[in-house]
Amino acid sequence: MKFVQNIFDQTRPLVEKDGKRNILYPLHNAIETMAFVPDHTAHSGAHVRDAIDLKRTMVTVIFAMVPALLFGMWNIGRLHFGAFGEESTLLDNVIFGAMKLLPLIIVTYAAGLGVEIYFSWKRNHPVNEGFLVSGLLIPMIMPVDIPLWMVAISTIFAVLIGKEVFGGTGMNLLNPALTARAFAFFAYPTWMSGDKVWINTTSAEGGQLVDGYSGATALGDLATTVGQGMGNPATETVMAQFGPEGTYSLMNAFLGLIPGSIGETSAALILLGGLFLVFKGVGSWRIMVSFFIGGFVMAGIFNAFAVNEFMGINPLHQLMLGGFMFGMVFMATDPVSASQTATGKLIYGFLAGFFGIMIRVFNPAYPEGIMLAILFMNVMAPLIDHYVVEANVKRRTKRLANA
Amino acid sequence: MSQTFKIRKGHDIKLVGGAPKTDLGRITASTYAVTPLDFPGITPKLAVKAGTQVKAGDTLFFDKDRPEVKICSPVSGEVAEVKRGAKRKILAVLILADAETTYANHGAFGFSGATREAAAAHFSATGVGAFITSRPYGVAAGMSETPRAIFVNGIQSGPLAGDLAYQLEGKEKSIATALKALKLMTEGTVYVSHDADKAPIEALQSLDATHLTFSGKHPKGLVGTQIAQTAPLNKGEIVWTINAIDLPTIGAAFETGEYRPEYRVVVAGSKVMNVGYATALQGVSLTSFLSDNVHTDNTRLIAGDVLTGTKIEKDDFLSFGRTQLTAIPEGNTTEFFGWVLPGFSKFSTNRAFWSWLFPNREYDLDTNMHGEERAFVVTGEYEKFIPMDIFPQQLLRSILIGDIEKMEQLGIYEVVPEDFALAEVACTSKLPLQEIVRNGLNDLRKEMI
Repeated sequence: MKFVQNIFDQTRPLVEKDGKRNILYPLHNAIETMAFVPDHTAHSGAHVRDAIDLKRTMVTVIFAMVPALLFGMWNIGRLHFGAFGEESTLLDNVIFGAMKLLPLIIVTYAAGLGVEIYFSWKRNHPVNEGFLVSGLLIPMIMPVDIPLWMVAISTIFAVLIGKEVFGGTGMNLLNPALTARAFAFFAYPTWMSGDKVWINTTSAEGGQLVDGYSGATALGDLATTVGQGMGNPATETVMAQFGPEGTYSLMNAFLGLIPGSIGETSAALILLGGLFLVFKGVGSWRIMVSFFIGGFVMAGIFNAFAVNEFMGINPLHQLMLGGFMFGMVFMATDPVSASQTATGKLIYGFLAGFFGIMIRVFNPAYPEGIMLAILFMNVMAPLIDHYVVEANVKRRTKRLANA
Repeated sequence: MSQTFKIRKGHDIKLVGGAPKTDLGRITASTYAVTPLDFPGITPKLAVKAGTQVKAGDTLFFDKDRPEVKICSPVSGEVAEVKRGAKRKILAVLILADAETTYANHGAFGFSGATREAAAAHFSATGVGAFITSRPYGVAAGMSETPRAIFVNGIQSGPLAGDLAYQLEGKEKSIATALKALKLMTEGTVYVSHDADKAPIEALQSLDATHLTFSGKHPKGLVGTQIAQTAPLNKGEIVWTINAIDLPTIGAAFETGEYRPEYRVVVAGSKVMNVGYATALQGVSLTSFLSDNVHTDNTRLIAGDVLTGTKIEKDDFLSFGRTQLTAIPEGNTTEFFGWVLPGFSKFSTNRAFWSWLFPNREYDLDTNMHGEERAFVVTGEYEKFIPMDIFPQQLLRSILIGDIEKMEQLGIYEVVPEDFALAEVACTSKLPLQEIVRNGLNDLRKEMI
């Protein structure tokens, strides 16, 4: 590894303070510290340190995301070929998916890291690892057909307004990846909802879409049942899809064989990633469990008092649809924007899940209630923490009064 | 009556190089040094100058604000030099020892009918008062304070800690005397803590005090943990703490009137050639001992343990209040993609590395930071290592922004830097927690006085 070290050593004078390419210093430093854990030694306090650092934490999250990401890649191809009624092998699906997904990932990283590196240089601090995860999360929560420039602008907005204006990684109020999605959702609604964007239907050979093809998502279809009452014959065809034999059956939703944002569909693999995160001690089980319970309670209440088919859907089925599971495992658990106290995490998770299902069902214009609910709870998290900490302060004050 | 507490939060860092009960003999040297830097919260005022002849037990310097806090010479001889740093800050008082030590004698203390004032005066005059730490702030105790309680810490649970029973061997009588003296200093309770996971120490068990027993993980051996489990410190209260290992020195000062800070020092760590116990006076020059017993090349020498000890050089002196010497390798090497590898052999307190499969492994840790410093990102991490009813990260934030009122509300009075040492080791963002807490306590103290 000596020669790699030599490359860094030789190029360092170029980018150091008086070097010609000083603006590249954060990039140089980022790559160097990525290749080599630095030789820094403890100078104050404890003389030995845990092997963990933020890079390790972040790469653990990335490992957890990989199964859902690969599945999403395969699903892009599967849905595409399925729309034309063509036969396709696993390899066909993956290759097609990769050709759609990789540009999204590259554009996101380029746009986001560009902003990060600029701010690192301006503020004279090293590039933080937070964006390693955000940069992979953003493509996973986008529809496959969104134009790349929209992704780039959304990412830049998220990093700039969602993170850097607050001081960078660790200081942000909102989850940057969700901020990017929210920006895209409100700025380019036609590219973020409806029935055109979830499955790629451009075909080089001028193929014909199969009969009865619908590019909608499960939630998009469910939204059409609102206002029609329970058991209305008009909703029968839609609801048939949610039956055991339908496209959106509980099993299909759990496995992820449905249209949706690229990485959000496979509840099973997302859950696998979640278990990995909890086991590794990186993801908060408190948030995940309470988020699930919150969503389940809300869906259960809707189910009990259903006035339309959307409300009446089986609570467990409800949670397997859309971005609920993805939000639970990868979005709500962001340690910076979530509640920071143990009790706070339980409250925060519960309410995020609860409101997520509420927004989704009550306002069909926002099928992605989860995104809005988590962003809302991000804003509320400091308030929750305030009251949790305040309880500790009160306990202390009371002890003093009794002493 | 003894009460047992189980400490579940925390971590025992297992290191190679533990010391067996081997006697390494006596550390002798002709030069000794006492440094004010070992006494947080003291503004030193010199009582001697270069050339002054001192006896063992004569005051070298005292606290400007509390003149009764006196730091005494461990040996007799001539003050060779007063080392100063920037802005004439006193770094150390160096003493050239006589061949034969003569002692300043303050007289044996008469316990019958003794008052608090008399005991306080004796603590101060003999210099053994400096062994008492006062909380909040974690500074040398002023004798005019009236502590709510006194905690005698009989647990050594840090990494590579010495065997207290062995270190106290043969000093039973002076231990009992010291406790009698301490009892004069408070109207409150005197607590003595014991380690339930080790053989009981008879000399401490038999003391006339309230006994507390702790089992479980480190930091059970930190007095902050012990206070938090019994009665947390409130604003305005004062608690004194003292390590059981210092009791014989105090006892001797009350029995004979002389200052004899002599200890059985544990010498441990992977860089030590001969691990074991050496007998030494505080302040003794370690130069020849270290060169004979320790691989000093590229080595971190620590007075104390790896969590809270101070870094020393190979020509330094045995720091005040330290009864452990640790030597571990410096970690000034880079590691290729160390953050991605599975890490089967890496020390970590969480499962992010696969070394969690081997919980009982002893590690040869070096001083590498394993990453760059970052802002607070991960939450709920420090709580796992601080068995107290506080919110560590919120408290640290309030210190960083200098909000005194918030610090008080969040319980800064209950902590001293060492309570954050384990959390500092585990910190993903590599933040200097102990330094932050020390700064916070200093700011607070400045504000209060």
